[in-house]
Amino acid sequence: MQPLHIIVFLILFPLLLAVASLAVRSLSVGRIAATPANALIAAGSILLLFLTGSEPIYFTVESSLLEHFILAAEIGMGLLVTYLGLNSKRYFIVFLGAVMTAMTAVFEIICPPAADAVHHLFIDRLSVIMALLIGILGTLIINYAIGYMEEYHEHHKEVKDRRRFFGFLMYLFLSSMFGLVFSNSLKWMLFFWEITTLCSFFLIGYRNDRESQDSAFRALWMNVLGGIAFSAGVAYLSLGTGIVDLDQMIKAGPAVAMLPAVLLAFAGLVKSAQMPFSTWLTGAMVAPTPVSALLHSSTMVKAGVYLLLKVSPILSGSPAGLCITSIGAITFLFASFIAVSQSDSKRVLAYSTISTLALIVMCAGVGTANAAWSALLLIIFHAVAKSLLFLCVGVIDYKLHSRDIEDMDFLIEKMPKVAAMMNIGIAGMFLAPFGMVISKAVTLKALVDIHPLLGVALAFGGGATTFFYAKWMGKTLMVTPRAENKEGAISSWEWVTLAGLSFLTIAVCLSFPLISSGLVDPYIALVYGASPTLEKSTLILIVVTMTSLLVIFPIGVIYNARHRDYRLVGPYLSGVNIDETSFAGAMGSKLYPDTRNYYLARWFGEPILLQGGLLCAGFFIIIMMGVVLL
Amino acid sequence: MNPYDESVAGIVLRVIAYVVLAPLAGGLLAGLDRKVSAWMQGRVGPPVVQPFYDVAKLLSKEKIAVNRYQNFFVFLFLLYMIFTGSLFFAGASILIVVFVLVLASLFFVLAGFSVNSPYSHLGAERELIQVLAYDPVIIILAIGFYVVTGTFNVGSIYQASREGFLVLHLPGIFAAYLYVLTIKFRKSPFDLSMSHHAHQEIVRGLTTEFSGPHLALIEIAHWYENILLLALIYLFFAFSPVIGVAVALIAYFAEVFVDNAFARVKWQVMLASTWVFTITAGVSNLIILHYLLRR
Repeated sequence: MQPLHIIVFLILFPLLLAVASLAVRSLSVGRIAATPANALIAAGSILLLFLTGSEPIYFTVESSLLEHFILAAEIGMGLLVTYLGLNSKRYFIVFLGAVMTAMTAVFEIICPPAADAVHHLFIDRLSVIMALLIGILGTLIINYAIGYMEEYHEHHKEVKDRRRFFGFLMYLFLSSMFGLVFSNSLKWMLFFWEITTLCSFFLIGYRNDRESQDSAFRALWMNVLGGIAFSAGVAYLSLGTGIVDLDQMIKAGPAVAMLPAVLLAFAGLVKSAQMPFSTWLTGAMVAPTPVSALLHSSTMVKAGVYLLLKVSPILSGSPAGLCITSIGAITFLFASFIAVSQSDSKRVLAYSTISTLALIVMCAGVGTANAAWSALLLIIFHAVAKSLLFLCVGVIDYKLHSRDIEDMDFLIEKMPKVAAMMNIGIAGMFLAPFGMVISKAVTLKALVDIHPLLGVALAFGGGATTFFYAKWMGKTLMVTPRAENKEGAISSWEWVTLAGLSFLTIAVCLSFPLISSGLVDPYIALVYGASPTLEKSTLILIVVTMTSLLVIFPIGVIYNARHRDYRLVGPYLSGVNIDETSFAGAMGSKLYPDTRNYYLARWFGEPILLQGGLLCAGFFIIIMMGVVLL
Repeated sequence: MNPYDESVAGIVLRVIAYVVLAPLAGGLLAGLDRKVSAWMQGRVGPPVVQPFYDVAKLLSKEKIAVNRYQNFFVFLFLLYMIFTGSLFFAGASILIVVFVLVLASLFFVLAGFSVNSPYSHLGAERELIQVLAYDPVIIILAIGFYVVTGTFNVGSIYQASREGFLVLHLPGIFAAYLYVLTIKFRKSPFDLSMSHHAHQEIVRGLTTEFSGPHLALIEIAHWYENILLLALIYLFFAFSPVIGVAVALIAYFAEVFVDNAFARVKWQVMLASTWVFTITAGVSNLIILHYLLRR
């Protein structure tokens, strides 16, 4: 089998599944077909890993029919955005939709570019990494969604059951993500880019009430704005130089491609939810949890940083690159601070996603080999751990009827397996020896080489990250003698995905040296000439620490459960205990002490910090556009 | 003899020395601490080896627990604290040392969370606020070493420090580190999460539900930690072993003095003052250094 066949399969097969999800009336048929179909997609992406080497391969697809189809679809999408705006009387969106349609019409039909792309598709190690994340994590999330959406509609009777449409959107999303990471033609890339924007709009608005409509439209206008910048960049480049290929654009360098690179970077910043565009991501939390997991771990936001990383060699060292780094630093700092004050677990995850993406954006802005190396690792580790966390929260939400962290006391007793998996996910996000922390160490070095202040942002934001994750962890690991197990009714769809992701979170850490040498290093060596690696001693240490944890933890838990050489007593509550959870108050009353976490809202409150962050980052956006335009 | 030997034997020897000697030195320092505190308060105080008696007695006491997991966390706390120190003395990357130190501290916090006592919870929460306060300083310290010496490796930093006066490049960061040592040594005014003093308002805070052998383990873990923290001070002054040890000891007893001279503050004061001091002393040091070294 040729790599091209698999690429085409990975783009078209999910598309076929999307159409099938709409067409097949019976949901149970869809379920039976889903598992093997998902497995095929995942297998395809893994096969691609083994079939391609470190050298990029380019493919030419000559088909005027396809070009016409893409053109028609782009015009159609522009008109759809306009219609959506008209329909909901949001005239700013009407305006954006009109601009989008007009730009496609002007630059494609009235004065078309002189040349077509030389190579339409390509594959390199970075697209393999992205394909693996999309293929494995994406399908696992869809697998989970099958079980989850059934429960969703039991809980939300008021929401119209549009599960077939939902399946259509999810698979279409996968298809367009695959298309995005394999596109070498910028026009094709833009086409897939716009599809992800529209898919995310419909997915966020799935509940179809006022709040989700508002959030969906916010995501829409921001991302359409980014798309317009993208298409302006492509138009400018192709009209000025005749370049329509991504690889040629990167080769052309800053002298030719500076303005288009900044316009593309702008689109990337919007999609990766950097301030001042972070509010679409926090708003998107109204969507069903699998949507949040898909959009915010392995796909949508990763498309943004993917594009940023692609243009980062052009921006490296320029004032615009510095602006992007600053936007990343501001977003990282403010988002991790705001997360401290959040008690809704999904909002904590949202802000933590924004802050991790900000780290990657900082690296992309710096654009050195070191920075790009750690950015790639951050992409991998974050995608795995974050999707696990979102999906755990989704399960907990329906069993505890709350996703507030304050309601997660005793989770390890109420839902032991889910709690254990969630703690693996949390540890994956901020604790040594899991990958995120290790890549943070490399990131720190890469950033300090540019300016130590960037390292300072990392120090303070990192402290806040430790704080908000650790207190969450503590909440879930509280132990009480009386808690009933609520894990019974979780479907096997959900179990399989959660177990798979927990395994992956640990596995990517253990196989970290292999991932680095097999996937990341070749790409960095190709693009930047030299490839940095961690010292061997550090690599060994990480693996040893991880293994020690993996060995000691289960042994310790089993030993402590079986071997009782201690006397169990009640905790000290405040007076004479009645039982383990209550004590005798005045007048024979029974008092239950209850503690809550600190949220430090006066210091880290969202209202003040968010405004500050949006303002500072917006300032740098203006400077970034200013330095290339003037 | 070069105390920094990069051969495997040298590394193993240093790690063994740390694992064996650190609790002895840490215990002795704790004994001296109590002696000096007593002297400041006009008392005679216990013998210098009293901490060892205390730990021995704790170890012989009955094991009592509130739940099955709390003591496992304490065990992990001690284990990873020893591991952290060993990494430092083996000469590993200082960032890895810091990250594993956070892991060790986290196990201690989780031990406090796992018992369902309000006092313990409050202590655990406060401990986390303490981490929030001191964590940036330790990272900034690592950055400072890196900016001056060009490496994060403790071994190489040590070599650089033997040849040059690191502290002259990093006075602000050194001061910021001394400031947070009050938190790390669990001394008043920053002993919020737990305290050796009887007047702590949340009883023993984090350690409320720990007794007997496991309280002894916590104590031993602190000895290991204290030696690691003092070794970090030494790293600033490695050009002269005498001065290095002297400064480390002076810093330790200065903390004892501060402990006796100041009343405990609220966490707000601790967090705000630490961050303000970190920024004014530590971060400004870093920026000045950046421009000085670039010239």
